Amino acid sequence: MLDALAHLGRAGIGAIRRLGRGHLLAASMLLGSGEVLRRPGLLVTQLHSVGVLSLVIVGVSGLFVGMVLGLQGYHVLSQFGSAQSLGVVVAASLVRELGPVVAALLFAGRAGSALTAEIGLMKATEQLSGLEMMAVDPIRRILVPRLYAGFLAMPVLAALFSAVGVLGGWFVGVGLLGVDDGAFWSQMQAKIDFHEDVVNGVVKSLVFGFVCTWIALFQGYDAVPTSAGVGRATTRTVVHSSLAVLGLDFVLTALMFGD
Amino acid sequence: MDRSEAQGEGTPPLVRIRNLCFSREGRPIFDGVDLDIPRGRVTAIMGPSGTGKTTLLKLIGGQLRPDAGSVEVDGRNVHALGKRDLYRLRMRMGMLFQSGALLTDLDVFENVAYPLREHTRLPESAIRKLVLLKLQAVGLRGARRLMPSELSGGMARRVALARAMALDPMMILYDEPFTGQDPISMGVLVRLVRRLNDASRLTSVLVSHDVQETASIADLIYVISAGRVVARGTAQEVMASDSPGVRQFLQGLPDGPVAFHYPAPPLAQDLLEAA
Repeated sequence: MLDALAHLGRAGIGAIRRLGRGHLLAASMLLGSGEVLRRPGLLVTQLHSVGVLSLVIVGVSGLFVGMVLGLQGYHVLSQFGSAQSLGVVVAASLVRELGPVVAALLFAGRAGSALTAEIGLMKATEQLSGLEMMAVDPIRRILVPRLYAGFLAMPVLAALFSAVGVLGGWFVGVGLLGVDDGAFWSQMQAKIDFHEDVVNGVVKSLVFGFVCTWIALFQGYDAVPTSAGVGRATTRTVVHSSLAVLGLDFVLTALMFGD
Repeated sequence: MDRSEAQGEGTPPLVRIRNLCFSREGRPIFDGVDLDIPRGRVTAIMGPSGTGKTTLLKLIGGQLRPDAGSVEVDGRNVHALGKRDLYRLRMRMGMLFQSGALLTDLDVFENVAYPLREHTRLPESAIRKLVLLKLQAVGLRGARRLMPSELSGGMARRVALARAMALDPMMILYDEPFTGQDPISMGVLVRLVRRLNDASRLTSVLVSHDVQETASIADLIYVISAGRVVARGTAQEVMASDSPGVRQFLQGLPDGPVAFHYPAPPLAQDLLEAA
């Protein structure tokens, strides 16, 4: 009994320490933000790595999610004689929720895990120590450009997800199920509010981008420098990021749309 | 100018360690170590695996903080320095890691150019000349467009040595430079350490457990065991030491002050418990 209690206490203290280290790292990265202005080339390289290389998976996923929304939406709306509103349903679902959330989950799985593995391996192969001994701060030089790349790439990926999703919904609704083309677009245009829907979606994806990238970088930087340690850190990145995205989505939705 | 004059005999040591205590997860690594690294010499720190030789280099470089005691480099207490001053001091030190620690996404040329690009505003033409000269010194000018993954272990360490030399430091710390090398690579590295030290008037600190190779180039040897310095002197003096710990290490004896068996309860007790 006492052993179990001691084990629980140790685990709790370990988790709180890890949380503290994570926040200290976030503070150090934010304090070192000037690096991206001094060396924009580093940011561009990372934007390519975390953003451009995630385009295909985000685009293809958006297409399928939009097609499913088109099918499901048509099925439900046609029972109430409102099949012409399919464009609004598809666009609102994507721009408000599915775009930011699913793109963030995909981002955590593709770019987040890659970031953790990269930083963890740099630690395991003493590259980070090597930078420190060359009087180069690895937080500013390696982590900060990646943090801002994730932060900036996320809204663009979410926008792409939503745009391709709308096209998928249009293809199924208008192309296959016979919804009127004009009604699909005009109702969407009339009902989707720029501030309420689009801006809130962008705010969500900025928050998700920062949190997912921060978690990925911290897990890599804090990883036990062995192959098993890096593997565990990569898993933790995907799990923690996914839970953080879903939890934060509820909080942000409540703040944005709760009455 | 005789050799002792050239090596700064009579001048204060470059590295001065006093009463150094350091423990990791409750296990003491150093327990009151005193150690001086003279300027201009090749000083070797030797000892069995797990005695904290690499840890000592990290303490000298300020990557780890001691529990007690002080580490002074060129008269400055490393652990009392702020981050900016510590980084300024590190620009005057080079460190050769056991793995080489080359940046894997940069080729050989860019790895060596890296500290120059980070810390100087030299024009590209000057950086090119400096990098080629450093690579020439380690015999790898022709390998400048290879990626780290295309290098052998010995070549990677030579590139790392060229990178450590890029800013013309006052001191280079070598972490197990000879481990896992074939005889040719080892011979190359041994000669390079000595030649670069003398040609560039460096101070070299060499952590190793390769007895013969290290003894052949070191001016001064410290042997560390069980958290303390157990021998200090020239290679001949250390070889002649009658300390049991030093004799066990130098002669490669399986049992002695460093026990063959890891601490454990009696075998019979363990076997009976298993039954």
